Parts: sequence; structure tokens; C-alpha cells
Amino acid sequence: MRTRPYKRFAAVAAVAALTATACTAPNQAQDKPKEKAPLFKLGSEISYRKYGKDYPDTKVEDVPGPCSYEAISRKDYSGQTLKIISHAVPVIGEPTQLHAKQFEEITGAKVEVVNVPFGELHQKILTPLQAGQPAYDVMFYPSLWIGDMAPYLAPVPGKYLNTPGMKDVTGTYMDVATWNGKVVQYPVDGDRHYLKVRTDVLNDPRQQAAYKAATGKELRVPKTWAEYQDVAEFFSGKDFDGDGKPNYGSAEVTKRDDLTFSAFISRAAPYVKNPDVKGGVFFDVKTMRPLINTPGFVRALDDMVKAKSTWAPGGANFGLGDEIFSFGGGQTLMSYSWDDAFIQAQQPDSRIRNKVQAAPLPGSNEVYNRTTKSWDVKANQAPYFTWGWTSAVAKASRHQQMAFDYLCFFSNEANTALDLTIGRFGVNPYRYAHFDPNFWERLGWAPKVAESYVKTLSGMEDSRNRVFDLRVPGVNQYMSALANGVAAALAGQDSPQDALDGVAKEWSKITDQIGKDKVQSAYRNVVALEDHS
Amino acid sequence: MDGLRRHKSMFLLPGLLTLFLIIIFPLLFTIRVSFSGWNVSNPRMNFIGGANYAAMLHDGRFWASITRLILLAGGTVVIQYVIGFGMALLVWREVRGRRFWRVLFLVPMMTTPVVMAAIWQTIFHESLGPVNDLLGTLGLSRIPWLTESGPALAALMIVEVWQWTPFMFLLLLAGLLSLPKEPFMAAAIDGAGTWRTFWKVTFPLMAPVSVAATIIRLIEASKLSDSVYVLTSGGPGSSTETPGYYLYIQGLRDQQTGYSGAMSLTYLVLMIVTLTGVAALLTRAFKLKGDS
Repeated sequence: MRTRPYKRFAAVAAVAALTATACTAPNQAQDKPKEKAPLFKLGSEISYRKYGKDYPDTKVEDVPGPCSYEAISRKDYSGQTLKIISHAVPVIGEPTQLHAKQFEEITGAKVEVVNVPFGELHQKILTPLQAGQPAYDVMFYPSLWIGDMAPYLAPVPGKYLNTPGMKDVTGTYMDVATWNGKVVQYPVDGDRHYLKVRTDVLNDPRQQAAYKAATGKELRVPKTWAEYQDVAEFFSGKDFDGDGKPNYGSAEVTKRDDLTFSAFISRAAPYVKNPDVKGGVFFDVKTMRPLINTPGFVRALDDMVKAKSTWAPGGANFGLGDEIFSFGGGQTLMSYSWDDAFIQAQQPDSRIRNKVQAAPLPGSNEVYNRTTKSWDVKANQAPYFTWGWTSAVAKASRHQQMAFDYLCFFSNEANTALDLTIGRFGVNPYRYAHFDPNFWERLGWAPKVAESYVKTLSGMEDSRNRVFDLRVPGVNQYMSALANGVAAALAGQDSPQDALDGVAKEWSKITDQIGKDKVQSAYRNVVALEDHS
Repeated sequence: MDGLRRHKSMFLLPGLLTLFLIIIFPLLFTIRVSFSGWNVSNPRMNFIGGANYAAMLHDGRFWASITRLILLAGGTVVIQYVIGFGMALLVWREVRGRRFWRVLFLVPMMTTPVVMAAIWQTIFHESLGPVNDLLGTLGLSRIPWLTESGPALAALMIVEVWQWTPFMFLLLLAGLLSLPKEPFMAAAIDGAGTWRTFWKVTFPLMAPVSVAATIIRLIEASKLSDSVYVLTSGGPGSSTETPGYYLYIQGLRDQQTGYSGAMSLTYLVLMIVTLTGVAALLTRAFKLKGDS
């Protein structure tokens, strides 16, 4: 008699377990949306104004297509929940939230967005993926993590690859989204480093004359890092804009764990990316021997150490935010990094609005040839595509179609056009359509400024001598070791050569730990991008 | 009787289970992880023996951060104790606006460390911050607060002292308020002056509270990482890197889970041994002072 209740309980538990399993097992039928009447007409006017005063009044047209407001609002996802993980607000986190809210409004889906600080993003995404748990359907993260993430990502289905918006994504950013021949990341941003300068100073005849008198050289937008140093040195400590405060030559991201590695690679690119030498910039892809302590990199670090004299007080501890406000706020003459500082300078209330110019990263007059172990004397330039937010759908997600629909909606033409105008969103040009100067002129940019901006960005697309991030498993470890070495040299704790020798040793250890074959196989993808092979 | 005891002991189970889940299990799990090769590309608990511990022995960055922490934690806690004690003595007796001062002294402690570090970062900003402006106004040269090793360490210590002195103040004030009045009356009758009363009565009587407050602060200070993260990111170079911040880099950012497990356990053992020793020494020192 006493056993019967337990048996009954066991039977109920078994049924409950089976039901739960059935409900949680991959179920494509659950994923498919129902059809409903659209909430938007073709070509409707789209604006973010109703979401608060923090958004500009800008209005754009809903461009017809499968990702448009009109098309997505035909889908009924009510009763389904989409889980998204993204960076903290505002950079990429804010547009993630905004478009999640809009997606809820127009499809009836429930969208849960988790925003986490950058330091935790990698772990919060990767750990559940590695454990096979579908904790999040959609993930936003820096595209250079592809080496860690790729095994767990669902390839972007053909129907999304064939949307007009996706077909307009530049070749470079499609490459960035691709892993072993499959597009596994959904492009939502395009990042690269380039040079920004103050034209009110460089084009000022009095400044040009003074510079010529002092150096015997013409004052112009620097074409090489040596010229950059000359110009930065000349103007450092001078009040070149007459506001009563001293100005400085260069603002760079130098805070150890705040993307310093990208700044250093920008400086190294023209010294290490030799168009005549194939097979890797960071490693020799055949042997996986680190090249980070070869003469090209050492010279770049030497340059960076010398540049300290041209930085504003505190410049040796500048994070990205400091760099943005130092250049964008008019404190420094030049800087190089992502679009943010340029966009900051172009804000309507900026005192240097339309007094700036974008230009390719400085190059060099010689480039190291690791095959001949000597310097090739020739002008060299190497655009650097670095970072870039991206998005992806988890292979283990049970809501893949809804997830891709969300990303398709996130990046539709109307949303992207509006997102590009909001600097804090961290969304930068990644489609050919974004290289239209008229778009920027409509925002109040002077034609010359808009022209320099789009020409610089689109010019990088055409280069055949590009450098990409080290997109391999364990990239954070490699870059952490590099940042540590660069910081040690900048702080005077080590000479540039010793610091980079230490980094090379660390990199060899990391490669051994992760597995040489695994890293090598991933690195071949990077080399293929750089060598166009 | 045995049956009753057994039933009674069953009531302890929820507590013991909770204790196991929140303390023992994570500890055992960390020990197991520390013997595994779990990292960003190998999310497995594969047993690799003591390889992580062997690597840690040769990790100069880890040991340098421990040495630095001793300086930072020791230095800041001593300063916090001295200032905190002074502030507590000030508002212990009847002073005008005693309640106002007590609340005011506690404000820094009630703010979030990360937020405060961010504000201090602005204060110490070398070209835009008010500290260097003030120094300039006084005709003094600007200090590279966050870009030179010495000033960066000093800046970090200033923030720590500013943030946590109120905690010391709070504990010591509570200790002072609970002291018996008789010894002070006896000292007054014997004609002891203020200084002598402090050294011979107040200070020895405060020994248990002083030891407890110092140890609590040392435990907290040994975990110093949030201010480092915001203020200096461990730089310039690695001159302000603490074990807590290094563990964050290895464990959370680089996802060297096995290795960071080994480091955190070693760090835990070192802290337990050190703090036990410090507590014993402090107790003995205060006791000697009291006996004399």
C-alpha cells in the first residue's frame, strides 16, 4: 500500500519529464512565424523619435525588401521568445535593445536582451556555447572572436544571404563574416583604423610657413609614420587653435587593456605587411613561428615610444574614450583609430566640425622582408581592418528563423541609415551604399569632409595589401600578451625588442596550449584574406 | 533517545546543505578545475596533474602582483587605520554637528567602487583633471598621475584610502562608543592627561576592535581589482597590477579557467596564511601594549 503513491508520483514525473523534453527539443514547427497583416506600408517613413528625446529627428524611408519594416511586420511570432546577448549600452548594446523593442512591437515576439560589460562578454557567450546550452539565440560580439565562436554558429541561410542589404555589404566585411567558406556571422558594422587630422591647422598658410621654416618640409597630411611624428612633434605644446590652452600632436589608444593592441598594429602594418611576401604577418603560417618580434614590429614599437613626447598629458593612459574626446574635442591635431573620434568631431555642437579630414593610415618608406631578412626600400601602405561588431545565431538555437529575421530587421536599410548617424551606437559603414558622400552631406557635413571620409573608407576596400586581426582561437590571449608587451615598452620597463621577444615567447606558449594545428588551420583563413589567396 | 537525536540532527540538514552548496562545492570544484587544462579552446576537465601549478611558479607577473599587493594593502590599511581612528576620536566626544560629521564621513564608503574609481580617474586626469590644475595654480609642476609607476601607485592608494577609511572609522567609532567609562574616570582621578589616557587606556581597550577592523580591511584590500580596472588597467606597464586584476584577465578575459583556478587557490592559501599570521602578530602587539 505504501508504495502506490510513489509509483503514481513516478508516473506523473515521467509524463512531466517527457512533456518538458518534447517542449524543449529542437522544433522547427515552433519557429515558423504565422502570416499577419503588415503594420507598415511599402516605403513608410521611419524615425526613432518616438523612442525618446535621445534619438535624432532624422527620418528615412523603409526600403522595400525581405528585411524591411513592411516585410517583417507581416510575420507573427507571438508566443515565442528570442534571447539575445549584447554588449553594454550604448555601444551596440543600445541598438540591440532598440531594435529588439521594435521587433517585439511589429512581430509580437518576446525579446529578452542581456547587456553585459565588455570584460565578461566573451565568457558569457562562449561558456554556454561550449556546454551545448542554447542560452542565447542571437549574440553580438567583436568579429575577431570568430576563431573561438565559429564551431558553434549557425551558417547564415541562403535566403538571408540573397537579401539586397546583404548583397550590398562590402567584400571585406563579407570576408570578415566568413569562416572556412561559410558565412557564419551576420554583418552589422564595419570597422577599420584610419587617420584623422585637423584641416584648419594643416591647411593654414601661416602654420605651413612656420612648419617649413622650422623643418624645411611641406606641411601636409602625413603619408608615413615618420612624417606623422614630425608633424605631431612640431605642434605639440603649441596653442595652434588660439583658445589659450596648449594643444598636442597625437592622441592614441594606449591604456594597456583598452585596445592598445589595435593601435600598435596600425603603426606596425606598413612595416610588416610586405606585398611581395606571402604567408602571414603575425606568424609564418607554414611553421607557426611568431613574427611579432621581427624588425618591422620592433620599429613600430620604437616609433610608438618616441611618439610619447607628442601626446597630451595623460596620453600614455588614454583609453578609446579619451582618444575620442582628445581629438574630437579639439585638444590634439591628429589621431588614428576607428570612426568614433571623427564622428565626435563632426557633431553639430563640435568646435572643430567640418575642420577635419579623414585619410588612410600613414605608411612607410621601407618594409621588412622576412624572407630576405632585410628592409625593402619602397613606399608601402597597409590598411588595417580591426575589430568591428558582428552578430551571429547559435547553432543550438531553437529559434533560428526568428533569430535571423531579427538580425535581418536589425540591419535593414532604414535602421542602418539611422544607426550610422548616432555615434554612440558604434555602427559604422559596411555597405557600398554607405560610401555615398551625399548621405553624410545631408547630416550637415561639408562636401570636402564627406568626400575625404567616404574616399578613405572605400579606398581601403580596394587595397591589395591589407592587414586583419589575428582571428584565431584564443585571440584574446594573444592580444592580451601583445598589449602587455607594448605597455611594458611604453612604460620604459623593457626595451621594444625585449618586450616583443617576451610577447613572441608568450605567443609560442599559447599556440602550444591551444594546439598548433588548430591555430594554424584558423590562421590560414586570416592569411587568405591578407594575401587574397 | 538516539532516534530523537537523529530527528533533531535532520533539522541541521538544510543549513549544512546550503553551506555545502555555497562554500564547499565551489571550493572542491575550483580544486578540481585547477588540475585541468580547461581553457578557451579546450572546455574540458581533462586532468593534467600539477601543470598549472608548475606554470604558476614561473609566472613572474603573478608573483610581482602579490608583492605589489602587500605594499598596497599594507600601506593603505595602516593609513586608513590612523585616519579612521583620528576621525572616530573626533566625533566620539560631544562636538557640534556630531551626527552630520558621522554621516558625512561615511559617504565615500556608500558609493560604488567602480563609479568612484571613474570619478577619480577624471580628478587625476593629467590634462583635464582638477588636481593638476590646482597644482599649476599653486605654481607646482603637474604630476603624471596615471602614466608613471610611482604616481599611479600613489593615486590608487589615495582612492583606496578615501573610499575605505570610513569603514575603519565606523568600526572604531562603534568600538569607542562601547568602551566602559570606569577606566577613563580612574585615569582622570589619577591625573592622566589626554595623550597618556589615549596610550594607556583608550588604545589598549580598543585592541580587539582594532585587530578585527584591520583584518577585515586587509581581507577586503587583498581583493583589490575594481579600482585598478577603471583607474589604470594595471598600467603603466604592469606597475599597478594586483592579483585580483591579473586573475580577472586570466580567468574571465582570456578564459584560462584551469590556470586561473590554480592561481586563485594559491592566492587563497597565501592570504589565509598571511592574514592568520598578521592577526596573531597584531593581537600579540596590542596585548603587549596593554600589559605595559
